[in-house]
Amino acid sequence: MKVTFPHMGNMHIAIKALMAGLKLEVVPPPSISKRTFELGIKNSPEFACMPLKLNLGNFIEALENGADTIVMAGGWGPCRFGYYAQVERDILEGLGYQFQMIVLEAPDSKAYDLIQQIKALGENVSFWEAVKAIKYGWSKLNALEVLERQFDYYLPRARDKDRVEMIYDGAVVNIDRAGSKTEADEAAGQAIKKMGMVDLKAGLPLKIGIVGEIYTMFEPAANYDIYRLLGRMDVQVSRSAYLTEWLNDHIMGGYVKKSNRKNLIACAKPYLNYEVGGHGLETVGNTVHFARRQHDGIIQIGPLTCMPEIVAQSIIPSISEKEGVPCMTLWFDELSGTAGLSTRLEAFVDMVHRKKVPADNHIKEA
Amino acid sequence: MRVGIPRGLFYHYYYPLWKTFFQDLGAEVVTSASTNRRTVERGIESAVDEACFPIKVYYGHVRELCHQELDYIFIPRLVSVEPKSYICPKFMGLPDMIKSGLHELPAVIDITVDVSKTDRLLKRDIIRVGKIFTNNKNHIKQAYQHGQYELHKCRELCQGDYNISEAIRLWEGEQLDMPPNYDLNIGVLGHGYALYDHTISMNLIDRLRKMGCRVHVVETLDREAIEQKAAEIPKRVFWTLGRKNVGSALYMEERKEIDGIIYLACFGCGPDSMIGEVIECKLKAKPFMMITIDEHTGEAGMVTRLEAFCDMLRRRKAVSDEGYISAHG
Repeated sequence: MKVTFPHMGNMHIAIKALMAGLKLEVVPPPSISKRTFELGIKNSPEFACMPLKLNLGNFIEALENGADTIVMAGGWGPCRFGYYAQVERDILEGLGYQFQMIVLEAPDSKAYDLIQQIKALGENVSFWEAVKAIKYGWSKLNALEVLERQFDYYLPRARDKDRVEMIYDGAVVNIDRAGSKTEADEAAGQAIKKMGMVDLKAGLPLKIGIVGEIYTMFEPAANYDIYRLLGRMDVQVSRSAYLTEWLNDHIMGGYVKKSNRKNLIACAKPYLNYEVGGHGLETVGNTVHFARRQHDGIIQIGPLTCMPEIVAQSIIPSISEKEGVPCMTLWFDELSGTAGLSTRLEAFVDMVHRKKVPADNHIKEA
Repeated sequence: MRVGIPRGLFYHYYYPLWKTFFQDLGAEVVTSASTNRRTVERGIESAVDEACFPIKVYYGHVRELCHQELDYIFIPRLVSVEPKSYICPKFMGLPDMIKSGLHELPAVIDITVDVSKTDRLLKRDIIRVGKIFTNNKNHIKQAYQHGQYELHKCRELCQGDYNISEAIRLWEGEQLDMPPNYDLNIGVLGHGYALYDHTISMNLIDRLRKMGCRVHVVETLDREAIEQKAAEIPKRVFWTLGRKNVGSALYMEERKEIDGIIYLACFGCGPDSMIGEVIECKLKAKPFMMITIDEHTGEAGMVTRLEAFCDMLRRRKAVSDEGYISAHG
């Protein structure tokens, strides 16, 4: 059995560790490239949202590389992600691929069910081995998160941005290669030390919060690397979600880590009073949360036609007005381009900057 | 007291219930005019660009009602109308979207309909809404029961080839004429709030009737047979309307008298983008056409496609009297 799975940011590192613990052979899909996009777009329904198209591209490339089992997450709506696995299986079968698909349904907040599902996936694995495998994957995610937070801190402040990016990219590879929790933590620690020695600019950078749909936030190919684009514009980015938090809230039933979800729901209260599926409620909650935490601006990102995000988008203007923070929504689909994106980001950052610096400090124009 | 009900979205499914409920509680019920160009223009102006067409039109209806001195406007939050199924995320956030997008709103009655797990919450919410008008709990319960009875009566009217929206007009006492002659039987699927709205669907159903087709919609088919067919799909479709559409498509595929199936999808509709694909994969022996609409769709293009589809079906019929012809050309 050669197992594959869809890409989502750095998650493949943790899944590889998890599968190794379950004694499974893993064939991760090649990282998302232009070809992935093309394969996905060619074979998906035209109006499906972008994550489905990228998933499908991942699967096709992995199957070409010899994978024969696909592991995919499921769900019971109302967001259409819950029906992804079904449609993807139909399409791949229609294309003539031979494979088996295992759909992990999110449990009704019972960690035991999830461990059972993961255990069933492995070959002759005991319950405790399954728990150990999950812990191992989790420790890599934690190391990555610590690294990511420092990266977001140093990138806008550093003079030599290429070097910070190089250190980060190198550390990600090292964490992937690490054979144990200690090695992974060490790789992250060393990289952070190196980042600390980089020459820094004076002054405080602008602070912009990123909220929105989960896949678009995690997968750099789906957001055209918006975090780095902003970092290179000397903007410190606050991510509204990290993989550990998201997995904890939605897959692990909130058992592993203290959850911030209750606070978010409370923040969303006057604006959005009900769960709307997907990440809609969190988007609204995070927007209010960031606004109250003195952020200079907030950017909402999501794949075009994402239903929960459209609800959030309709509500964000009133948050922007009442909490007094500039907000912008960016939709991504397979036709977005980096040049257009940078122009819009630059304009937004300029606008936010002017709002922050008192008017008499501005150089008179012409 | 005057209560406004916008003539959009689930108006097309539940109006008799809502109207009877509010009237029994002593309110005067006002609806917006049926969708017209003004409604569309106002809607596009107020809603976000990415919303689907029916949602934009709904904004237009609400805005029309804002100008008519109302005490309340009724904007329900429809989460799920049956166990373990949902409608669509946009319906779940609708009152919040409208409140944040439109100012000068009258007081909003936003009842939450969520029976995905139990109907206890719904019952509590009905009482909460009823208390605006009266303190008599029994009176409120009676009004709701009467509403459900009227809704049931209205749905019975669908038997005679009327869709639910036409049944509502019959229920209100209007007379409707059906063209008597037809030579084709066409199944028409899609979300009712798009399909049965004359402006959004650009009169798709009446156009087909004028072209000599008998139109079959979800409501005119056997309910249980649809559910049975829908259960054949490996994973249960968790959107109420989506599941009915899939079931109907599979059911119609088996019916000999149905000549072809048309699916009307809205641009940007999440369920449609998945359901359309599922149906297309499953239908093997029946001609199938998917029409996607939004506010930019031209009437002429649509008419041409419908005419071509009907012509194709007629030709196929003429040939198939002599022998079999494949649905895929």
